[in-house]
Amino acid sequence: MNIYVLLKRTFDTEEKITLSNGKINEDGAEFIINPYDEYAVEEAIQVRDAQGGEVTVVSVGTEEAEKQLRTALAMGADKAVLINTEDDIENGDQFTTAKVLAEYLKDKQADLILGGNVAIDGGSGQVGPRVAEILDIPYITTITKLEIDGKNVSVTRDVEGDSEVIETSLPLLVTAQQGLNEPRYPSLPGIMKAKKKPLEELELDDLDLEEDDVEAKTKTIEIFLPPKKEAGKVLSGEINEQVTELVQLLRTEAKVI
Amino acid sequence: MARKVLVLGEVRDGTLRNVSFEAIGAASLAAEGGEVIGVLIGENVSSFGNELIQYGADRVITVEDEKLKQYTSDGFTQGLLAVIDQEKPEGIFFGHTALGKDLAPRIAGKLNSGLISDVTAIDEAGGNLVFIRPIYSGKAFEKKIVADGLIFATIRPNNIEPLSKDDSRTGEVSSLSVEIKDLRAIIKDVVRKASEGVDLSEAKVIVAGGRGVKSEEGFDPLNELAKVLGGAVGASRGACDADYCDYSLQIGQTGKVVTPDLYIACGISGAIQHLAGMSNSKVIVAINKDPEANIFKVADYGIVGDLFEVVPMLTEEFKKLKVNA
Repeated sequence: MNIYVLLKRTFDTEEKITLSNGKINEDGAEFIINPYDEYAVEEAIQVRDAQGGEVTVVSVGTEEAEKQLRTALAMGADKAVLINTEDDIENGDQFTTAKVLAEYLKDKQADLILGGNVAIDGGSGQVGPRVAEILDIPYITTITKLEIDGKNVSVTRDVEGDSEVIETSLPLLVTAQQGLNEPRYPSLPGIMKAKKKPLEELELDDLDLEEDDVEAKTKTIEIFLPPKKEAGKVLSGEINEQVTELVQLLRTEAKVI
Repeated sequence: MARKVLVLGEVRDGTLRNVSFEAIGAASLAAEGGEVIGVLIGENVSSFGNELIQYGADRVITVEDEKLKQYTSDGFTQGLLAVIDQEKPEGIFFGHTALGKDLAPRIAGKLNSGLISDVTAIDEAGGNLVFIRPIYSGKAFEKKIVADGLIFATIRPNNIEPLSKDDSRTGEVSSLSVEIKDLRAIIKDVVRKASEGVDLSEAKVIVAGGRGVKSEEGFDPLNELAKVLGGAVGASRGACDADYCDYSLQIGQTGKVVTPDLYIACGISGAIQHLAGMSNSKVIVAINKDPEANIFKVADYGIVGDLFEVVPMLTEEFKKLKVNA
């Protein structure tokens, strides 16, 4: 089975966000594999272990994403590909990323492509379905279970708390939801082995893409932080009095009840 | 510049979702005097056409087929592309719901178009429509404009005001016949587990539990309170990781990002990853034993106390209010 995982490097979830010169300040921040992509890496490894084949993790970004790709290799992926767009693309959007990924994937004869259902930084959740559309293969988003039997696939999908059981077939693209699995930590031997696993670096030129082909359709004109939330009132007195006061406040002051 | 704008209306459990009316509100801003066309796709959906018109659509196009009874990406894509092909809109709006998130990127890919997801406000600056959306799960926001082509956006529930309903508004509801070809993915079964039908992302009131809830049964008083308030129950990652509840309830940077009118955090310490998912709620109430808990820093109102004592009292108090009302 020929398996690909789409992976993004993101800020750690415990990081506070600050701005410098109107941009997100990355100084000193910890970076991780986007948590939803981590489920995708884990699932890919499990599918390979059960069915045979090879797992390739692919990231579009800067050379800094090499660290996250190495982590995925240490978890057990076989190969990594970094499509380094640092010199070619200044302000890409989801159209850009999907186009680059699909161009890379189009002649790879992937049986299964996995990704996270959303990245916790940009939060758009577009890239997976866009890639599937360009490759003209079916996709299922926010999956919590994946079972493969030959070409037939049974998938359970989270739909706002309900679960849909869906039957489809390979080739297929799926995006992972929390609950799909428990991602493993890289083991020490895994980390040692990862250093020797192949990590290929490509640029737009290698994909026969021009900058114009992938020019963003949308543009960010400003980034700002939400107004700082002031700490409110901590009530006092007997608990039952506090409860009565709270309900009053919600009615008359906050007017939400 | 007057534009023709499509809005996909979404029917769930036999009613139109609120976010569809909010999307019409957004579309009418983007239309700038042009036409707002509601689109309904499903098996028997034309009866909802008038309601879209009462909420501001100028007319409605329906695509009906038994293969469209349940949402599938393949089925709805075929239906919607037929409408787009006929109308050639300059704008498209969806709700940022499970359906919208699944379908919109594919349609955008098909049309070679941009897509601005999860929009919480729309503004105008220098002749451009400016779309405001959260990034880093609401730890920051960005303003986006369309650089090229179609204006296509998904609207986060509970953020953009719908137009007021006007029962006297009338408009044409027409049907478009589309031959729905093979679906590559078939829904075999749907297992419902959402509580009382109130969806977390659209709930006006959310009662959420953290590690302080201590067990699966510990969610019982929270469920009671949510029921009285007509709200939904959510959870922190701590509660989910401890197996007190299902991951589908998780609110935070991993999990759902919510913006209800009222968020009641019970036994939640307030880790950054959780705050990212809920701190943009309109009013936040924190109930926690630990007066130093982080959650009090973002709460509008706080009660330092045991949730198992406070929550049932709150439920009783709200019940009284209902009786008196």
